[in-house]
Amino acid sequence: MIRVQQEDFDIGVEIAALKAGRTDIGAVVAFLGTVRDQDGAIAALTLEHYPGMTERELGRIEAEAQARWTLQASLIVHRVGTLRPSDNIVLVLTASAHREAAFAAAEFLMDYLKTRAPFWKRESGPDGSRWVEANAKDDAAGGRWRTSKDAAE
Amino acid sequence: MRLLYFAWVKEKTGIGAEDIDIPASVTTVAELMAWLKTRGPEFEHAFARSEVIRAAIDQSHVRHDAHLAGAREIAFFPPVTGG
Repeated sequence: MIRVQQEDFDIGVEIAALKAGRTDIGAVVAFLGTVRDQDGAIAALTLEHYPGMTERELGRIEAEAQARWTLQASLIVHRVGTLRPSDNIVLVLTASAHREAAFAAAEFLMDYLKTRAPFWKRESGPDGSRWVEANAKDDAAGGRWRTSKDAAE
Repeated sequence: MRLLYFAWVKEKTGIGAEDIDIPASVTTVAELMAWLKTRGPEFEHAFARSEVIRAAIDQSHVRHDAHLAGAREIAFFPPVTGG
């Protein structure tokens, strides 16, 4: 399941909902991304997105993870709007019978989300505001999951 | 055709969305960006570094050599920075 929202989320509530009524889950992996200040340089982070494409792209990324690994359940929640240092930005949950699939799928979901989901961050602080630039390390992390089929596209 | 602009592309063009008729001679994403640049200083500025701008046709990522035939919505934006 995927959600894009302004409101905060509660990781405990989300995990409980994912597991509710299920007895086939042996492992849940959670990734929580939060707003990081850089020595007082960041007072706020504003996330813009492409409504419609964001949901489609997150759905596609989730379907790809479900195709690659046997997952009992998964969840991606991404916030938009203006956030402050230490606020939650993104939550990825993956649930599987054994830990290997959940760990790998959570990492894959975050790597793909970072390079494909249409979100843009704008940082503001005492020195004004600026668009955050894409990180080559994220591109490399996204690239390592590519298959020969992707490369042909 | 509906064109959408996001993040600094939107900031530079000064608009987030528009409905526009494009010349029949413009058939690819790269050609569309080159044509958009001729529409005035804001567009020239927004698309000056067109090689770094990403595009989507009908909400799917595409490369700059993608054809526009049949497209309803084309979006231009910087590399994504979510997560």
